Amino acid sequence: MARTATAPGAPTTRLGKAAVDFDDRLIVAGPLRRTLNKVFPDHWSFLLGEIALYSFIVLLLSGTYLTFFFDASMREVVYNGSYAPLRGVEMSAAYDSALDLSFDVRGGLFMRQVHHWAALLFVASIILHLLRIFFTGAFRRPRETNWLIGVGLLVLAILEGATGYTLPDDLLSGTGLRIISAIILAIPVIGTWAHFAVFGGDFPGELIIGRFYIVHVLLIPAILLALIAVHMLMLVKQKHTQFPGPGRTEHNVVGNRLFPTFAAKAGGLFFVVFGVIAMLAGLVQINPIWLWGPYNPAQVSAASQPDWYVMFLDGSTRLFPAWDINLPGDYTIPALFWPTLILPGILFTLLALYPMIERKLTGDTAAHHLLQRPRDVPVRTSLGAMAVTFYFWLMISGGNDVIADKFQLSLNAMTWVGRLGLVILPPLVYVITYRICLGLQKHDREVLEHGIETGVIRRLPHGEFIEVHQPLGPVDAHGHGQLAYGGAPVPKKMNQIGGARRAIRGFFTPIEEPTAVELEQRREARGLAAAEDRDLTTSGRPSEGGRPSEGGKPQEPRD
Amino acid sequence: MSTTNPQSDAQPDDVPRRGRALRTEDTPAAAARSRRLSKARRRVANVAGLMAALVLTGALYSTIAPAHAEEAGASSDADYEAGREIYQNSCITCHGENLEGVDGRGPSLIGVGGAAVYFQVHTGRMPLVRQAEQGPDKPVVFSEEQIDQLITYIQANGGGPAVPSGNLRDGDLALGGELFRLNCASCHNFVGEGGALSSGKYAPSLHDADDLEIYTAMLSGPENMPVFGDNQLTPEEKRSIINYIQTVTEMPDPGGAGIGRIGPVGEGLVIWVVGISALMFGIFWMGTKA
Repeated sequence: MARTATAPGAPTTRLGKAAVDFDDRLIVAGPLRRTLNKVFPDHWSFLLGEIALYSFIVLLLSGTYLTFFFDASMREVVYNGSYAPLRGVEMSAAYDSALDLSFDVRGGLFMRQVHHWAALLFVASIILHLLRIFFTGAFRRPRETNWLIGVGLLVLAILEGATGYTLPDDLLSGTGLRIISAIILAIPVIGTWAHFAVFGGDFPGELIIGRFYIVHVLLIPAILLALIAVHMLMLVKQKHTQFPGPGRTEHNVVGNRLFPTFAAKAGGLFFVVFGVIAMLAGLVQINPIWLWGPYNPAQVSAASQPDWYVMFLDGSTRLFPAWDINLPGDYTIPALFWPTLILPGILFTLLALYPMIERKLTGDTAAHHLLQRPRDVPVRTSLGAMAVTFYFWLMISGGNDVIADKFQLSLNAMTWVGRLGLVILPPLVYVITYRICLGLQKHDREVLEHGIETGVIRRLPHGEFIEVHQPLGPVDAHGHGQLAYGGAPVPKKMNQIGGARRAIRGFFTPIEEPTAVELEQRREARGLAAAEDRDLTTSGRPSEGGRPSEGGKPQEPRD
Repeated sequence: MSTTNPQSDAQPDDVPRRGRALRTEDTPAAAARSRRLSKARRRVANVAGLMAALVLTGALYSTIAPAHAEEAGASSDADYEAGREIYQNSCITCHGENLEGVDGRGPSLIGVGGAAVYFQVHTGRMPLVRQAEQGPDKPVVFSEEQIDQLITYIQANGGGPAVPSGNLRDGDLALGGELFRLNCASCHNFVGEGGALSSGKYAPSLHDADDLEIYTAMLSGPENMPVFGDNQLTPEEKRSIINYIQTVTEMPDPGGAGIGRIGPVGEGLVIWVVGISALMFGIFWMGTKA
């Protein structure tokens, strides 16, 4: 044993010795230290993906509870539970057990609602995360693969949601299942065979709930879990992107170390997410299956909608004209084929391939670790806004009967507004977004060149009034600023460069003593340098370049 | 007001059953016997009192009834006349001088029956404010008495489905649910929230509808609603449907706020407006700005 008790730095406590023994065998100290020291930037928009991750964890936990009581079978039973208006009604065992979960299992209704709200939140946060990645250009080389995985995760999350929506076998979900069946039947050539393969016969058959159940609780969650793991490992390996700013370059990451700051924040965010889900589940009713009644193919209700993330397909179906294509020889391509299969196919393909498309169009094949502000890439930003408009418009159209009913509009008018809007609005939004981007860019340049408007009006000896501008940096002979735009936010108010006393920190309550801040301000020389210094320290810039005092080995450039 | 659906099911009288239960009760001691004797005496006294009251009521009725019957006949005529007056003041423009209807304004009312009048007037749909896709329900214009007079007038001209009476909720709850989902949900939504129909028409929400309004709506098929005559849905089935609608409407939501009970549209709105907003607040709090 080379290690002796007298070696400098050797642990003397029992715990420390145990840790050394452990490390001798598994050699984890090095990697663990590296991992714990990993730096994550802490811009708020980087937390959107975390919301998705945490709602997925809530989904796994609540879903597991539900499986203890849910019977995924289409066996006919007669309901005899607590809910009087359905007592004596014939239904499938799946619906029966879902009713029992809601009324007779302790905490069952709450868990069902937790699960459903978490599912809605899961997809919503995935989409927000995707939009953040898109609009800041975080998908650029070298992160195209992770973008692809992300799009895969989105599609899987939607499929997971759709299968889960079907399971309770109530009148609403059964109507959705009937539409799924119709979509499968609409596939040219193989539709009928595919339908028979999926349903094991004609609709609805007796197998589909059991099959969807396994897909919902095993198949898709397992793939989701694996893809999430790869998604995050790649994030760790490739390092997080960051917004340009003081001290931030293509070769470093400025932020908080994983341990303790980032871990504490992430843990806190988990509880915030869980809290919001639990609050919704406790206070707001979701999918009251007992009101829908058991599924019966002879029945259908007005305002039968899918959950919001599939509603865009419902919308496209409502807007698409009823153009059946009748081919010779008794072949028909139903109108349903285009809005429910071709359209999402195109949408998701474009989405998945966007990094490659943009690389081709711009010729930009360099690796990027600094993000772009959406205004600096007006074409991409406008394309994104256009796509969001298109999606949003389809989604609204998916609920157009509810909107027509609640706002007392004509449903036919809603359909036509939907059709026309779908064609007119996206280009309009493209142009408007483009103009806004250019305007914002110009304003950044103007402030850099002429300085910040101070609001101080001065009258010159000959009578002219001018507004005094505060230059942001050195000026040339004409008084024009010489700073170049660096892709970071340009301060546009005097307060942002220390024109007034700086804001007292604290989100809910002040965490600083106002008088102390005032004193600190007085001590500091007023000016830009001080403000910038402070910015750097508060952004938690790590002293990552190896600690010579610890004889640290040379570090990778951007760890 | 005539009635074709007397639904006055007699309430099950439980007095004899209680008496039988007492008689089969085994009380061994003499004290108990004397107590039973006094109890029997009390019962005899009760029955006697009841009989006396009945006789008295009968005698009173026989003295008053003839006069009352005369009055009823007179009031029926008076109702008819009053109904006709209301009709001529408020309905004649669209439904014509002799209830024959006016082309492009309103249908003939001959044979529509009192049920249609009750529904249309009692929900405030009639008199119509203007011609539109559908007459909306609004505050009632006429008093209950005036509505009865109108019903008498319309019913007397061609007959038709009359206004039912009695308890309209005594049908089977589960059967009512099944029938509602089969016949009504496709327009009125799962639990009667209402829904859109084509070109500005709609199936209204059933929240504020009383039993008689729902019943007469089924009988008369107002606006865009089909008629559910007694051959399609028997009176018993109609009462089951009403029972279901009213039970579910009055039922609290066990899961929290009901958000309109319209399913995914409301839920999607809540997750974005409430859920995501709350979490955005959370991440603004945790994260930093650029």
